[in-house]
Amino acid sequence: MSKTYVVIVETKDGKLRQVSLEALHVANTLRGESDRLTAVLLGHQLDDAAAELSRHVVGQVLILDHAELHAYQPELAFEAVLQALAVLPEEPRLILLGHTAIGRDLAPQLAAQLNCGQISDVTSLTKDGDRAVFTRPLYAGKAFEQKELTDGTGIVTIRPNNFSPAAPAAAPGTLVPLEFTAPATLHTILKDVVRKVSGKVDLTEAKIVVSGGRGVKSADGFKVLEELADTLGGAVGASRGACDAGYCDYALQIGQTGKVVTPEIYIACGISGAIQHLAGMSQSRVIIAINKDPEAPIFKVADYGIVGDLFEIVPLLTEQFKEVLAERTS
Amino acid sequence: MHVVVILKQTFDTEEKIVLTDGKIVEDGVKFVINPYDEYAVEEALRLKEAHGGTVTVVSAGPERAAEALRTALAMGADEAVRIVTETIDTDEYGISRLLAAYLQTLSYDLILGGNFSVDNGAGQVAVRLAKLLSLPHVSSITELTVGGDRATVVRDAEGDAETLEVALPAVFTAQQGLNEPRYPSLPGIMKAKKKPFRELTLSDLGLNETDITPKTQRLGLTLPPARQAGKLLAGSPAEQAAELVRLLRSEAKVI
Repeated sequence: MSKTYVVIVETKDGKLRQVSLEALHVANTLRGESDRLTAVLLGHQLDDAAAELSRHVVGQVLILDHAELHAYQPELAFEAVLQALAVLPEEPRLILLGHTAIGRDLAPQLAAQLNCGQISDVTSLTKDGDRAVFTRPLYAGKAFEQKELTDGTGIVTIRPNNFSPAAPAAAPGTLVPLEFTAPATLHTILKDVVRKVSGKVDLTEAKIVVSGGRGVKSADGFKVLEELADTLGGAVGASRGACDAGYCDYALQIGQTGKVVTPEIYIACGISGAIQHLAGMSQSRVIIAINKDPEAPIFKVADYGIVGDLFEIVPLLTEQFKEVLAERTS
Repeated sequence: MHVVVILKQTFDTEEKIVLTDGKIVEDGVKFVINPYDEYAVEEALRLKEAHGGTVTVVSAGPERAAEALRTALAMGADEAVRIVTETIDTDEYGISRLLAAYLQTLSYDLILGGNFSVDNGAGQVAVRLAKLLSLPHVSSITELTVGGDRATVVRDAEGDAETLEVALPAVFTAQQGLNEPRYPSLPGIMKAKKKPFRELTLSDLGLNETDITPKTQRLGLTLPPARQAGKLLAGSPAEQAAELVRLLRSEAKVI
């Protein structure tokens, strides 16, 4: 019997988020030949995103394009997804989302509504016939567990940067616009959004992270890290020490408290490498440590270490990378 | 005002994880209130100080979780409830239903919890609970102001700050930056010993095991491969920088 796999797709600044394409890839990996794939796209002014999405979806794209959905609001997004699920011929076997600010908030609402299990923050999976086993981190990556949905049905959120994005589909998906009816009474009203990180690469999705610790010494000190991150098209992160000292916003904190990142390149500047920080970045592909103290624990996990003053080394690196990147584009 | 805080006891974040016979070793481990839940406790105490009222702390967990509840009492919470889980198998589905069964019997203005627990890290329970209780919720808040029957909160959405107005009662989960939790004082620790502390079982909550049968199952536990220390680069700062860029291109092939 054929089943339905649903992917709830996110956009950012009008563009599809990479993690949503990764979720589509996971859905394609898990579903059988005869199973249906349905993408649900919510937001406002979605024409470009819908067109791009249809190129990646074999199946239908349900579109809820409504002014009230322009920014994520927990109640409205939940309602919108329920209205999309209502047009499906049956309850989906699996609903997939990115483990993002939106996915983390929306998925448990749906799980409670559907009385189903949810496996959060999945980093890899194996498939054995009809059975899917999901691997997810515990203690921010100090350990991993393998988990399954007991009846094979439920919700899965996937961690950004851990799966390939879906390849373009052989035939474009069908776009199905849906009416959205906002609930008569809202208990939550979004009053204001301050875009602090607009236009920047999201920390959890960044391919390159330049991260600073107490050794950066001040908020001002982070400027050299920003220059390096901007040169490489990466994002800036920080250790708890740097956040506690007030050098930067807690939104940048990487570690067991804070965010877990898995970039291609992680550059730790002036970070000693406390266990709770290592938990948040040890799964990065290549780790570079720059620290004055040759005994700093960060060197034990670093692929490349430089013992020295970050304020001397980092600007030199920025120059070097600029040259390399200029060579490549010329 | 009655504020309920749902909390979990977790390993201290400086603990290493050791597996024996496929299980995580707990012997000799330092346990703490989950750091995100600690912000929730602190915020509840500040609300009580500003508006009057009581703070109830609730945890669904094993016997050792009582210590975390006692710490919250010592910080200033008024009463504690532990939902006994040592004899049952649970996941986020079950835990949220246990908490909902208890909270249905109470009246309250706010429920506060942490954004996620630093052990399991799924961040499901508080949001599931809100839905089960048909309450509005906002997750990952960095500011909370209560006025009358409404609250204004600031939500951290991947670095952006969203301001929302929410009708109470509601559920909020705490993000870093919400406050700076206090330490329990010595008089607080003494007083905590006399504060009401109840333990509730499944049957006390009017539930049986089939009501909380897990929807997910753990099949195994593994440790990540240990990383090996790599190369320390030599030379002047300029030489080190050049060597690093060269290695990233030719050896690691990531640039």
